[in-house]
Amino acid sequence: MDRSEIESRISNLLVSELGLDEVKVSAEARFEEDLEVDSLGVVELLMALEDEFGVKIPDEEAEEIGTVGEAVDVVVAKLAG
Amino acid sequence: MTKVALVTGASRGIGRAVALELAGRGNSVAINYAANSEAATEALEEITSAGNEGITVKADVGDPDEVEGLFDEVHERLGPVDILVNNAGIARDALVLRMKTAHWDEVVNTNLRSVFLCCKAALRPMVRSRWGRIINISSVSGIAGNAGQANYAASKAGIIGFTKSVAKEVGSRGITANVVAPGFIDTDMTNDLSDDVRAAASASIAVGRFGLPREVASAVSYLATDDAAYVTGQVLVVDGGMAL
Repeated sequence: MDRSEIESRISNLLVSELGLDEVKVSAEARFEEDLEVDSLGVVELLMALEDEFGVKIPDEEAEEIGTVGEAVDVVVAKLAG
Repeated sequence: MTKVALVTGASRGIGRAVALELAGRGNSVAINYAANSEAATEALEEITSAGNEGITVKADVGDPDEVEGLFDEVHERLGPVDILVNNAGIARDALVLRMKTAHWDEVVNTNLRSVFLCCKAALRPMVRSRWGRIINISSVSGIAGNAGQANYAASKAGIIGFTKSVAKEVGSRGITANVVAPGFIDTDMTNDLSDDVRAAASASIAVGRFGLPREVASAVSYLATDDAAYVTGQVLVVDGGMAL
């Protein structure tokens, strides 16, 4: 799975799971400030990512995720092993 | 629609009554127990002989690994937990001046740590499915305190603060979290009380007697319904009108 496929699957998840507006979702978009996702929403997103990609994102790494791009980075790194 | 309920410490007493009540209302029920497999099997037989669905799962709910195993097994055999009733509890009574640290730890782990561990495990699927009911069993001891039960009372008071916090965290996702705080209920835990203590306790209860496990169970089962969707973060005291 290449980066662009991961990006598009994640942006689909953001729209379907969190009900976000597709046009606002960009790599730089910050979840809490720009996308108005509450703190529990970020946790939900991480759970959705874990299920979607079959990876485990430990709490310490989860805390570092603030933007859509950072979420993509984490998943890319996990899938690369 | 059939929901999946997990009741911890459900082989005997209040937990068993809750398991039977939830099963009687059409839920599939997982009976968790720590040691008494005979009693757990008996409880399950009561459920299945009435034509309802259930399983028994052994686990020490104070232990993170065992809790993970418990939820995995329930998920595999019944599905994700929709209704969680944290009932498992023990008492190791002594005056604070004579209380062993080991007995403090044992009581707090079994009664309070277990509530955190089980809620954490249950919330993940509940948040995803936008529906969940958490009912934690506290005690009037946790509200008023009780001489000789500082460890038990602390664990039961802790459950109240924890539950109110959970209610605030997940209320927006269709999940409610409430506490049921029983008073004196006829169970193995209160069987050891002397006749004098029982008489004195009964005299302080407006209803004039100890409660029955099923009288607690019916309060729990109300909080587990769709009808209770707007009730969260509450402490429902089921004590027959005790004067504390």
